[in-house]
Amino acid sequence: MLDDFFIRALIAGIGIALITGPLGCFVIWRRLSFFAGTLAHSALLGVTMALVFELNIAFSVFLISAVLAIFLLQLQTKTNLPNDALLGLLAHSSLAIGLVIIGFLTTIRFDVMGLLFGDILAVNQNDLLLIWGSGIFILIILKFIWKPLFASTINYDLAKAEGMKPDRYNAIFTILMAAIIAISIKLVGLLLITGMLIIPAALARNISNNPIQMVFLSTIGGLLSILIGLFSSLEFNTASGPSIITAALILFCFSLIKFKKYSELKK
Amino acid sequence: MENKNKVLLKVENVGFSINDKSLVKGVSFEVKQSEIVTLIGPNGSGKSTTAKIALGIYKNIDGKVKTYTDKIGYVPQKISIDWTLPIRVLDFMSLTENLTQDQINNALNLTGVEHLKDKSLSNLSGGEFQRVLIARAISKQPELLVLDEPVQGVDFKGEIALYELIKKITEKMKCGILLISHDLHVVMSATDFVICLNGHVCCSGTPQKVIKDNKYKELFGDRASNILSLYEHKHDHTHSQDGTIDRK
Repeated sequence: MLDDFFIRALIAGIGIALITGPLGCFVIWRRLSFFAGTLAHSALLGVTMALVFELNIAFSVFLISAVLAIFLLQLQTKTNLPNDALLGLLAHSSLAIGLVIIGFLTTIRFDVMGLLFGDILAVNQNDLLLIWGSGIFILIILKFIWKPLFASTINYDLAKAEGMKPDRYNAIFTILMAAIIAISIKLVGLLLITGMLIIPAALARNISNNPIQMVFLSTIGGLLSILIGLFSSLEFNTASGPSIITAALILFCFSLIKFKKYSELKK
Repeated sequence: MENKNKVLLKVENVGFSINDKSLVKGVSFEVKQSEIVTLIGPNGSGKSTTAKIALGIYKNIDGKVKTYTDKIGYVPQKISIDWTLPIRVLDFMSLTENLTQDQINNALNLTGVEHLKDKSLSNLSGGEFQRVLIARAISKQPELLVLDEPVQGVDFKGEIALYELIKKITEKMKCGILLISHDLHVVMSATDFVICLNGHVCCSGTPQKVIKDNKYKELFGDRASNILSLYEHKHDHTHSQDGTIDRK
């Protein structure tokens, strides 16, 4: 017999996996792994802001991530520093500012571990509503902008020349990224959300030969990671967030083996 | 007759600079229906930049660009597909437009790469990839085609066939073409209007006019001027596959 909290964790996890599957593919395709990490780091600042101004945590994280993304775009036009340097600069400075502000909040007890690694077992019904509500919203938007976003991912010039408005869709995609990080921070934490975005998509790449298939397999991979991770955390009494990511990693290793066999067969 | 054709693209005195370094300036031209306009010039003379300005890819340009159609097909000079993105020729074809299977097959058939339909884009050779790029651009039946060195890396025989195809497309689909090419033979024989660039417009006009221009000779050398006569000589017949001569 499963406990209520565990069922809620499962429902929440499945919701997250359904969103990170397709979004993660774009993260990999656009080489945005580090960008996702930067947004996740800035979430700490978002959480402290929420505590200072008594805002909803998800909303505050979303706001800070979005501001950071816009700030990054501005920085890119002002300096010739490479992207990874700018991202590193933003990631660590927003993390540092967040920690500095926490230092001032002497009256508030703050669970940094919970923020870093999330606590999917503490999910309540409001969280479920938030995840599934905004999750479905994100997926509908993604479905709607798929074609221009995909074209801009393949080649900016081509998309722009043929009227696909890449700037607009890149911006929408950035906002979607900020949103997924905001809603999943409580579940898997800021250190692990990047893992949820990247690992299922990476394993899907190993075993797919077209974009739709990769999105599909990435989502399946994410779902399996959630299921295996949660059930084994129950079985072995391990932390749930890290168990999910470990499960994803194991699946990734399996995808490598399968890939090798497949290419050997072709030879 | 040509004057009656619809103007598709009008570029007025455009220029573009990065970090105060001017890449190209003061370029004006028009592309009309059923017309091939070619940009020629040495490396770094601003040909691709001009094409990108015309396509609205750059922001903050000088001058004015007016496009009178939104059915545009573009073959960029360089495009690299990352391995992380699994994509077949088939998926690539309908990148910016929803196409039927027939439209895809026809376009690939025209450029001679129908057999590559299910292949992964990253496994194609340079020439095969160019053929796919051209097929994609024409498959959506554009009114305006912008081709930036469309036959780079294509074998000699294929090169001629593809240029013939481009010419045929202009006639059949009545589309206007903005072409960038290094192949002066083709430029001078098959295009209607030539613009010779070197950071600015050196000279422009019909191929016959440009070829006699001193600035053209300065830019490309004396031998480049003989191209037209060479070509005109073989203009009166074609060779069929077995080598026999077909009089026109």
